[in-house]
Amino acid sequence: MTADARSRAERAASPRFVLPKTPTGIEGLDEITGGGLPAGRPTLVCGSAGCGKTLLAMEFLARGALERGEPGVFMSFEETAEELTANVRSLGFDLERLEKDQKLLIDYVRIERSEIEETGDYDLEGLFVRLGHAIDSVGAKRVVLDTIESLFSGLGNEVVLRAELRRLFRWLKERGVTAVITAERGDGQLTRQGLEEYVSDCVLLLDHRVDEQLSTRRLRIVKYRGSAHGTNEFPFLIDDKGISVLPITSVGLQHPVSDERLSTGIPRLDAMLGGEGFFRGTTILASGTAGTGKTTLAAHFADASCARGERCLFLSFEEGVEQIARNMRSVGLALEPWLRKGLLRIDSSRPTAFGLERHLTTIHRAIAEFDPRVVIVDPISTFVGGGTAADAQAMLTRLIDFLKSRQITAFFTCLTGGHEHLEQTEVGISSIMDTWLLLRDIELAGERNRAVYVLKSRGMPHSNQLQEFVISERGIELLDPYLGPEGVLTGSARVAQEARERAAAAEREQQIESHRLTVDRKRRALDAHIERLRLEFEAEQAAAERAIAQGMELEKAVATNRAEMARSRRASHGGAAPATRKPNPNKRARRR
Amino acid sequence: MSPPRRKKAASRAPVPEPNDEFWDLRLYVAGQTPKCLVAFKNLNELCRTHLAGRYRIEVVDLLEEPQLARGDQILAIPTLVRKLPEPIRKIIGDLSNTERVLVGLDLRPQA
Repeated sequence: MTADARSRAERAASPRFVLPKTPTGIEGLDEITGGGLPAGRPTLVCGSAGCGKTLLAMEFLARGALERGEPGVFMSFEETAEELTANVRSLGFDLERLEKDQKLLIDYVRIERSEIEETGDYDLEGLFVRLGHAIDSVGAKRVVLDTIESLFSGLGNEVVLRAELRRLFRWLKERGVTAVITAERGDGQLTRQGLEEYVSDCVLLLDHRVDEQLSTRRLRIVKYRGSAHGTNEFPFLIDDKGISVLPITSVGLQHPVSDERLSTGIPRLDAMLGGEGFFRGTTILASGTAGTGKTTLAAHFADASCARGERCLFLSFEEGVEQIARNMRSVGLALEPWLRKGLLRIDSSRPTAFGLERHLTTIHRAIAEFDPRVVIVDPISTFVGGGTAADAQAMLTRLIDFLKSRQITAFFTCLTGGHEHLEQTEVGISSIMDTWLLLRDIELAGERNRAVYVLKSRGMPHSNQLQEFVISERGIELLDPYLGPEGVLTGSARVAQEARERAAAAEREQQIESHRLTVDRKRRALDAHIERLRLEFEAEQAAAERAIAQGMELEKAVATNRAEMARSRRASHGGAAPATRKPNPNKRARRR
Repeated sequence: MSPPRRKKAASRAPVPEPNDEFWDLRLYVAGQTPKCLVAFKNLNELCRTHLAGRYRIEVVDLLEEPQLARGDQILAIPTLVRKLPEPIRKIIGDLSNTERVLVGLDLRPQA
C-alpha cells in the first residue's frame, strides 16, 4: 500500500467531524435530530399557542436532570414556578424535588408594563445577571427561556431589546449552555418578533392542527445547521409520559427476514398457504365485508400463537375484551386461559377516541411493554375514519415498519364497504401487506355463505381456490369447494351438489358390482366347461386303456392257442384251424 | 465577597412632617457603567429637589449581589424601585427625563 493510499484510507476510516449534540431524552426527538439538540448552542422552538412548546422545553430540562445528570435553568416569562410545577406533575415530573436536589432552578420573570416607566437609556444587564447567577448556582448545562418574546410586550424600546437579545444569544453560546428558546408563531415568519434571525443553529417548528375534529400535533425541523436532519413533519403527542415524536419510516426496508412459518390456526387454511401458513414477521391483511368472519379468523391466529407459547397482542377497535372472549367462546375458541396466562393481551379502545398519532404511540407503548411476537389489529379500516386516508396509510406504514423491524407478525383485519370495487378500496394499504386473505359473502340460491381466498401471499405457492368455510362451534372450518356453472357452489347448493355426487357414486358402485358378478358367472361357466371336457377325456382315456388291455390278452391267448395246436398236430404245420379264430374286429391286435 | 454593601446615599430626615410619606427608593445597577452613574446622579438631584428630608436611596449592585435581581423582578439596568410608599413602582433607564420620572414615582407637583 502506498503512503498516499494509506492516508486516504485513514481519512476514510477516521470518524468525520460530528457536531456535538445534547440528547433531549424525549422519545423520538433524538432519533429525528440524529442525537439531540446542538450542544452548547441555542435552539429555537416555535409554534402557536398550546402546541406544546413549554412542555417540550420543560421535558428537555427534566430529562436532562433526571437521565443525564445535567442541571438546568428554566427562565419563565409567562408562568410562575408553581404553575409550571403543577402543569408537569401530571406527566410524572416532580419539579419541586428537582429544585430541592439543586438539579433545576425555575426563575419566573414577571414583566408588568403598567408598573414600569421608561426614562432614558437602559439595557438588560439585569436579565443577564439573573440568568448568569441561576446558571452558576446549580451548575446548569441546559437553559430554557420561555417565552422571551414577552419582553417585547413588557418593554417598549424595541431597538434596545433587539440589540440585547442578540447579545443574550451570543452570551449563551459563550457560556456553553444548550439553550432552548421558545417563541410564538408569527404571521409569515416563524416567530412573531423574528427571533429566528438571532437563533440560527437549530429551529424546531411545532404545529397543532385539527382535521375533521381530530387534532394532530406535528413537529418539523426547519433548520439544523451542521447536521443532517429529516425534513418531514413528524407527528408527536403529549400524554401522561410526556412528549413522544413518531419517526416516519425510520427503518426503511432493511427488515430482517425469516423463513419460519406460523400456522393460521386453521389447518386447511395453512394448506392454502403453501401448506404451512404465514411467514414470521410478515404482515397479513384479512379484508371483507361485515360479518365475513374477520375477527374469528384473527382469533384463530391469536389462539394458535398462544398455543405455541408466543405472546399475542390483540388490539381491538370494535369490541371490548369481554365481548371478544364471549364471542370466540361461542365458536369454540377459549381465549380466557391465554388471557389468564398472560400470553394474550387484548387492548380495546375506540378509534375515534384519539388521533392517529395517539393510537400509534399507544400501540408502540403496548408493544414495548408486552413484547409480543404477534400483533393483531382489528380492524384497521376504522383508522381511515380517524383521519384522512393518507394519514391512515402513513400511520400504518410506520406501524408496519416498526413491527417488521422487531420481527413481529402482524395480522390486520379490514372492513370493506359494498360489493363494488371490493379490492379497490384497500389499494392504498395492500402494497404494504405480504399476505392478503379476502373473505367474501357469496349469495346464491337465496343464501349467503362465506368463502375465503388468498389474493396474494408473497414468497410461497398458494392456492388459487375460493374456498367456502363455515363458522361452527368448532370454529372456522374450510369445506371442499364445488364449482358449478355459476361459479363456486356454497351452502345448500353445495349440499345438493354433494347429494348428487353421492347418488352418482352409488350408481357407479352398482355398475362395478354388476360387472364383477358377470365376470364371476362367466368364470364359473368356463370352469364347468373345462371340467366337463376333462371328464370326457378321462372317460375316453379309460376306455382306450381297457381296449389295449383286452388286445394284449387276446394276443397272448392267440399265441398260446397256436402253440397248443402245434403240439397237438405235431405233424403238419399247415393244419391251422380257422375255426378257432374268433371274429375279433381288433385290427391292432391282428396287425401285430 | 464579604457582606453585601448597600450604599446609604442619603440619610433620613430628622423630623418628617406628619402628612408626608417616607420614600424608600432602591436603585439597581450593574457595575459602574456610564448609564448607572448617570442614573444615580439624576436620582440624587431629583430627590433633593422633590423629597428633601424624607427619602432613602439604596443602591444595589447586581454584579455583587446577583441574587437580589430575582426578588424585585429586575431585568433592565438601571432600574429604580419605589419600595415605599406603596404600591411598588419601577422606573427603568438612566432617569434622564425628569418629568417622566416624576410621573413614574407619582411625584408630580400638586397644583
